Amino acid sequence: MIDFLAQIFTLSMFFAGLRMATPLILASMGGILSERAGVINIALEGMILTGAFFAVWGSYTTGNPWFGVLLAIISGMALAAIHAVVSVYFKADQVVSGTAINILATGLTVYLLQILFGVSGTSPRAVRLPQWDIGIVAFNPMVYIALISVPIIWVILYKTPWGLRIRAVGEHPQAADTVGINVNRWRFICVTLSGAFAGLAGVAISIGEGSYFVNGMSSGRGFIALAAMIFGKWNPLGALGASLLFGFTEAIALRATFQHIPSELVRTLPYVITIIVLAGFIGRARPPKAVGKPYNKGER
Amino acid sequence: MKMSNNMKSTLTTLAFALIAIFVALLIGGILIQFTTEASMIEAYIALYNGAFGDLRSVLNTLWRSTPLILTGLAVAFAFKCGLFNIGAEGQLLIGGFVAGVAGYSFTGLPAILHVTICIVLGMLAGGIWGGIPGLLKAKLGVNEVINTIMLNLIALQITVRYGINQLRLEGAADNTPRIAETAELTRFTDTFLNDLFNLPGGVRVHTGFVFALLAALFISYLLFKTKTGYEIRAVGINPSGAEYGGINVSKNIFLAMFISGALAGLAGTVEVLGTHRYFTSGLDAGLGFTGIAVALLGNSNPGGVILAGILFGALTQGGMGMQFAGVPREIVTIIQALVIFFMASLQMFKIFIEKKRAKEVAK
Repeated sequence: MIDFLAQIFTLSMFFAGLRMATPLILASMGGILSERAGVINIALEGMILTGAFFAVWGSYTTGNPWFGVLLAIISGMALAAIHAVVSVYFKADQVVSGTAINILATGLTVYLLQILFGVSGTSPRAVRLPQWDIGIVAFNPMVYIALISVPIIWVILYKTPWGLRIRAVGEHPQAADTVGINVNRWRFICVTLSGAFAGLAGVAISIGEGSYFVNGMSSGRGFIALAAMIFGKWNPLGALGASLLFGFTEAIALRATFQHIPSELVRTLPYVITIIVLAGFIGRARPPKAVGKPYNKGER
Repeated sequence: MKMSNNMKSTLTTLAFALIAIFVALLIGGILIQFTTEASMIEAYIALYNGAFGDLRSVLNTLWRSTPLILTGLAVAFAFKCGLFNIGAEGQLLIGGFVAGVAGYSFTGLPAILHVTICIVLGMLAGGIWGGIPGLLKAKLGVNEVINTIMLNLIALQITVRYGINQLRLEGAADNTPRIAETAELTRFTDTFLNDLFNLPGGVRVHTGFVFALLAALFISYLLFKTKTGYEIRAVGINPSGAEYGGINVSKNIFLAMFISGALAGLAGTVEVLGTHRYFTSGLDAGLGFTGIAVALLGNSNPGGVILAGILFGALTQGGMGMQFAGVPREIVTIIQALVIFFMASLQMFKIFIEKKRAKEVAK
């Protein structure tokens, strides 16, 4: 037992967990922005995938990984803008629109891989982001950006007038409208910004940790980030905690060996925990009141 | 009066579906025009020929549509109860996995019994996988969307990662062992149809297609001719009204998710027993998510789902033909996504039209 615990609680395991939590932290921050403003964003998965692709393409064509980062942000925001237009202005079902984004991203990245790189499956090698050394360990820049983004989003949400507006739009759009807040515009802005975060999450999994794009490499991280957001009760600090928990579980499942439990099954833990938490054993998570509901001006 | 409104509504939906398909094809075509050597016209002729060009293509279109009709039905059935089953993917994996394991572990059974056992077990597994989020929604009010997503991820780990790793034969590919012949669904080429129509080689459509049609027929009957169906639809239209009317809302939510999951489980089962003959890591191939598009396009009605399923099957089959014309077949996935966007966006016009109609009636 002691051996087993010693195997898990090492510094290198902690760092590995943090690396794996990074895309989850970034994407869940995006999710919080969007859902706090009242728009369900299950499209994070597709935006991460697209971000990962364009990060590699940008880095590959220019030799400068930061250009890849820029393209990832832009592509994530572009997809998010589609989600925003369709669900905010056209009042489509937000889950349906999000699903369509995910399907679109799957097809688009494979299509572009063939058109732009002339290959299928795996892209050629692109220039990786530099690893920033902080003395004891070196991480890719996305790790630091993820950690910094959490307090920033928290301060914006709870300590600024913008945050007040965002939360008002997500909780009680009618009231927000009455005091002169443009509900749909705020929702559009928040959803589009969430795409930027998902794009950065894509950077983290492609040129952050490696140098390739592989088909379907987001492999459910957008959905896990969504779970982290709900787990963390739509609060940036809570989502950070949940993302770290999920990241560590993944690191442990990958690196530690167990006597009786297969590591594949250890990896189901975050999802099982999420279901249990949602079922109310730890406390009911309460989503923003108006989440999922399109806002029609002049309707009661 | 009510009848004519129903007719109008059906016609509007049909018109919307056609507009959505047309605009999606147009945008896909523009993408083809600008990114590939082929022209839009060439590509779509290749798509059409690939899907309907000869008897072989037509039959393989039906083969491709088989799991899509079933996952489409699964999503549509949950929709009818006001539920969003985004977990067809996981239910399909679990159902296919259980059917695949039952397919090779039982031996010496008569074919009819073996096939039946596999199908029942596959559907039951899918039903349980859909029933869990159903139960959590019914009893605790937990939103089914996030739970079905979680169960998708769990199903993937259990079947594709753990299941295959444990059960695959040494040195073999990414699949469980081959099922016994007694568990196979018959291909059309192995039936009397072959002698009757002189079927070409390479036709892969199997009796699973017939099951998909029967399932649609059954669901249609269940929804529109039985008390259960009436209750499920009532809950979908207005849960609190249904509760007030003496309908047990929780029971119907659970039942709807269970049946929905069983349908998705059947999709996985027919893919294993009819198409692959083993459970393989690529079994899902996004079929659960495409099912959402099929359900939307088919307006959640069993008949519409059959047509939409065949259309999406044709796109997939035709995509192969397009590949030969130098267009990556993933364009088909892009077109499918665009169809969903336009179908969903047209809701706004539907609301607009209905409002206008209501105003006219008020006058």
